[in-house]
Amino acid sequence: MIKTFKLTKKFGELTAVDALDLEIKEGEIFALLGPNGAGKTTTISMLCGLLEPTNGTATVNEFDVKKQALEVRQSIGIVFQSPSIDDLLTARENLELHGILYGMNKADRTKRIPEVLEIVGLLDRADGQIKTYSGGMRKRAEIARGLMHMPKVLFLDEPTTGLDPQTRTHIWSYIRDLSKKNHITVLLTTHYMEEAEYLADRIGIIDHGKLIALGTPYDLKQSLGANDIIVAKSDKDIAKLTKGLKFVKGIERDGELVKIKVENAGKNLCQLLVKTGELGEIEVRKPTLNDVFIHYTGKDIREDSAEGGIFERSMNSNNR
Amino acid sequence: MSELMGIYGVWLREVKVFFREKERVISSLITPLLWLAALGTGLGASVDLQGINYKDFVFPGIISMNVLFVSLFFGVYIVWDRKLDFLKEVLVAPVSRTSVFLGKMLGGVTDGAIQTGLLLVVATTLFGFNISPLSALFAFLIAVYLGACLVSIGLIIGANLSSPEGFNLVMTFVMWPMFLFSGSLFPTSNLPGWLDIVVKLNPLFYGVDALREVMVGQGQYPVAVDLLVIGVTTLAAIVIGAWSFKRMQV
Repeated sequence: MIKTFKLTKKFGELTAVDALDLEIKEGEIFALLGPNGAGKTTTISMLCGLLEPTNGTATVNEFDVKKQALEVRQSIGIVFQSPSIDDLLTARENLELHGILYGMNKADRTKRIPEVLEIVGLLDRADGQIKTYSGGMRKRAEIARGLMHMPKVLFLDEPTTGLDPQTRTHIWSYIRDLSKKNHITVLLTTHYMEEAEYLADRIGIIDHGKLIALGTPYDLKQSLGANDIIVAKSDKDIAKLTKGLKFVKGIERDGELVKIKVENAGKNLCQLLVKTGELGEIEVRKPTLNDVFIHYTGKDIREDSAEGGIFERSMNSNNR
Repeated sequence: MSELMGIYGVWLREVKVFFREKERVISSLITPLLWLAALGTGLGASVDLQGINYKDFVFPGIISMNVLFVSLFFGVYIVWDRKLDFLKEVLVAPVSRTSVFLGKMLGGVTDGAIQTGLLLVVATTLFGFNISPLSALFAFLIAVYLGACLVSIGLIIGANLSSPEGFNLVMTFVMWPMFLFSGSLFPTSNLPGWLDIVVKLNPLFYGVDALREVMVGQGQYPVAVDLLVIGVTTLAAIVIGAWSFKRMQV
């Protein structure tokens, strides 16, 4: 459904997206996971024709983003990171305008508006001005708008950034439902590991504009080579002490914390402790996507992901 | 067909939003009324120009000022829309950038037309101007025509500004000079050479001149000449504007 061919975007010296090769299948939910500034939004902007690629190209619904921009746009729905819905207008009016922009006739619009509002659970608030909506409702209204013209592909750029955890879970279930029930291909970007893990059929981890890992959440975690992680407090040289233990797959140190990747902790923990001696505040857990991220990039995704850019923060008070 | 619908969609959005922003309509009506009170009634109490009272002389100028402020503001405002993603919704629609530009432009012209109509009615009533309904109608039509030119210029500036901080610069270096050197406030027939050139290069001058001709019979050029200059400027602005929209990145 979406294919990119060495897709590249440079802003002056900075390469925001670096020769990205990606293939997203019809009907799947694909997450681009990476810290802010990794090139996720730039990728989406190129795929929907808002930015011209510096090099390479991409196809969406078999249309070339460079040569068939209008056809591409007709095939996609998009929900932007920051609000783009008119809050002086009602949800119905916003949808009506969207339908007109996408060339839908009156009969189709009238039929489609309640359908999409139903999908996102806003039918009873259809005639309320968007400014009376909560953050989560706004996002749902934007999702409804993205679906209005029956796109084949839905782009969601950081769909739950800035929303509270409860609302986030809500939005997730809407996205999941609509993808499965309406067979829409979804490409979402996020810097929340839980989000990618919960929603995505496949995940592409992106950093500095490059795709560094790709696979199902399960595959990605498998690629660590260990199925359990032991975290403990210790200043001992664990690497030296555990030398020769085959089930130890890797050791990372973060200050006084040590992270030991092991196979089958339930079976091997005893043997490990025999070698290392006493460890403080020991915790055994399953690998997360964050472990995967650290594994591939050598850094924690959260270090780079302070909420929102400088611009976003200074602009939020200026909604029209 | 779908392009026409795109233009209609963009236009309809502007008009709908406009009608929801009553504060904006009212506040933009207050400014010209204050100018009329201070310059028209205040200065007019002791000044006559070219055989007519200054109040009657300045009224066409204040109408032009209002068209200028409303139109440029509307156009340049897209620099905010761009930063806040509002414009993206329109830019990702399967509609050409030329149509987006035209829809926006017509939206701005409609907003301006409503405000000019209101101003004509309110000011005439409040300040007791003596204008025939026919010249009021002509004045209205000229103001709308002038609006198309000024909104287009505003949109060009807005599309080329890279940050909203530039917005204030535009107000300082474009809007105020255009207003002050348009002949809105003074007669243009005896200006010193340099000022005469500045004024004649200003598209707003031709709007003021045409309005002054139909409202008080004091234009420097025939209305047809004024309208021709404005029309040519508008066409050029539409071409440049559509091109600016095409290369605008968000």
